[in-house]
Amino acid sequence: MLYNAFRLALHEIRRNVMRSLLTILGVVIGVAAVITMVTIGGGATVQVTEQIASLGTNLLIITPGQRMGMGQRAAAPPFEMDDVDAMGREIGAVAAIAPISSRPVTTIFGNANWSTTVMGTDNQYLKVGNWALEMGREFTDSELRAGGAVCILGATVRRELFGNQDALGSKIRLGKLSCQVIGSLHSKGQSTIGRDRDDAVLIPLRTFQRRLAGNQDIGLIQVSIQRGASTARAEQDIKELMRKRRHISASEDDDFTVMDLKDITKMLTGTTQVLTGLLGAVAAVSLLVGGIGIMNIMLVSVTERTREIGIRLAVGALEREVLTQFLVEAIVLSSFGGAAGVVLALVASVLAAKALSVPFVLNVGIVIVGFLFSVGVGVVFGYFPARKAARMDPIEALRHE
Amino acid sequence: MVADHEHSEPPLIRLEGVTKVYGTGEAATYALRGIDIRIGQGEFVAVMGSSGSGKSTCLNIVGCLDTPSSGSYLFRGTEVGKLTRNQRALLRRQYFGFVFQGYNLLSRTSALENVELPLIYRGVVRSKRRELAGKALAAVGLQGRETHSPAELSGGQQQRVAIARALVTEPDVLLADEPTGNLDTARSLEIMDLLTALNRDRGITIVIVTHENEMARYADRIINFVDGEVESDARHGEVA
Ligand SMILES: Nc1ncnc2c1ncn2[C@@H]1O[C@H](COP(=O)(O)OP(=O)(O)O)[C@@H](O)[C@H]1O
Ligand SMILES: [Mg+2]
Repeated sequence: MLYNAFRLALHEIRRNVMRSLLTILGVVIGVAAVITMVTIGGGATVQVTEQIASLGTNLLIITPGQRMGMGQRAAAPPFEMDDVDAMGREIGAVAAIAPISSRPVTTIFGNANWSTTVMGTDNQYLKVGNWALEMGREFTDSELRAGGAVCILGATVRRELFGNQDALGSKIRLGKLSCQVIGSLHSKGQSTIGRDRDDAVLIPLRTFQRRLAGNQDIGLIQVSIQRGASTARAEQDIKELMRKRRHISASEDDDFTVMDLKDITKMLTGTTQVLTGLLGAVAAVSLLVGGIGIMNIMLVSVTERTREIGIRLAVGALEREVLTQFLVEAIVLSSFGGAAGVVLALVASVLAAKALSVPFVLNVGIVIVGFLFSVGVGVVFGYFPARKAARMDPIEALRHE
Repeated sequence: MVADHEHSEPPLIRLEGVTKVYGTGEAATYALRGIDIRIGQGEFVAVMGSSGSGKSTCLNIVGCLDTPSSGSYLFRGTEVGKLTRNQRALLRRQYFGFVFQGYNLLSRTSALENVELPLIYRGVVRSKRRELAGKALAAVGLQGRETHSPAELSGGQQQRVAIARALVTEPDVLLADEPTGNLDTARSLEIMDLLTALNRDRGITIVIVTHENEMARYADRIINFVDGEVESDARHGEVA
């Protein structure tokens, strides 16, 4: 019986190819939209996670001042080199500590100039941030101690100033400071918040303090924790140490902030997932609309085929058999729509992933769910028209013109 | 005038005081006004009467397509009016073959597939269906036209496809509503010959509605309807 219903459904669909195609269009688009949204969203989540992992998941960032909601900070004294040394001495499980001070600067080489950020730091910065040298070398101890006029370029700065030329050994200007390029970094691309992490120039901290800032301040400290060690524990230790060093009494709040990258990861992936869910839900609504389209056409079809239904009932078809026939027809239609939607979604996802430079991560689960949903749409929206057909009075149906 | 049809065994078809009313109140139409008819196994009955006299309504009730508004219809001793829709469908598929007024074939569907239709609902497998449908078409003289759709067949051929469809299940009862209504005399007589042969050779009980005396003559018994009532019911030769 089911086999016959299936054959009949195919027969009926072939009889009205154009109408069938238009009928399933809604489901095609709905399924394609759901799968594409979720696939791209999944790709974005993977990208966020990977980027943060490339920063090092065991990273703590310590900044002066306390967050006062919505990005505001209370003013607080900056850090000093002694703070960094103390952390290195007293906090267990530290893998690397990098002091950083930065400011915006215009770099100039020949006719080329480029606005970027100059960061005073040391070789630990490379370790903490998982940076690899593409060319050249790190700072030497004497350069760090004496504040040598040398710099390491981020990939973007190198490209903007030198293009395809070799940068090593060239002298560039960082504002009023002239320094020699000793190395350049591998590209890491955009950060999750859209900042270009390759857009920076590194110089020794001492050089920054003496020649650019004119003070001994340190704006930010990055600490990476040894693999397997507890970041929460390290965070707690750092807080205690800094409260002591900054003479904060028990009744006062911290005048500095320790951020854990794991928290940031969670927050960012959470946001992407919520967005994905929302887009998916919107797409699901379009699938529902597609289902209503199927119901509409099935109702028209049932009315058109009233006589046929009358004949079938008169020669002994049971209600249930007529119901099955029309239900199967709706399901076959919507599953065709679902299958076409899956194909369309795969093509669209690959293209969209390329256009948005998000990795294409095939989520087999959502493909299956999307397809099954289209089948479900056929069942739900095919049922009402099919029941209408099955409940017809054979004589009335036969008299129908 | 009414002949005595008392048989020793219960009749195949027994209508008693059957009425059929369409609509209610002012708009009520009495299609049947209390009819009593008994038809035994193997009879060949013609139902006659002017248009609107209730012939089709009566045939639909006999064929379990419709139920009486009041009165009793027993088919093989079963009160059809008390059955559910599904039970009546099961009776139809098991015992009845219909030739509808107008051909009522599935359009854009081949003659063979049209004839196969009742077999599908009897759960006959496809190859067997093909074979039986082919035989039924041959029996009505349509071999070679299996793949033609109704639009590609003449009126007489379509009517014969409809008859083949009614016969393919080898029903106990064949009900035909003006099967020759749209045909010329030669074709009509051909079809009546076919029905007579079926009645005689296979013992199929046949009830046919017609308003042509020429066709009614083939039957053993003629029931005359006037305005929803049985005006006369006579065996062949009993009525002038
Ligand atoms: N579905 C219906 N609704 C209303 N009236 C009907 C319906 N079917 C038949 N009738 C009426 O019942 C009467 C008998 O109809 P019918 O049995 O078709 O007559 P016949 O077949 O003898 O021409 C007619 O007056 C017809 O108008
Ligand atoms: Mg009639």
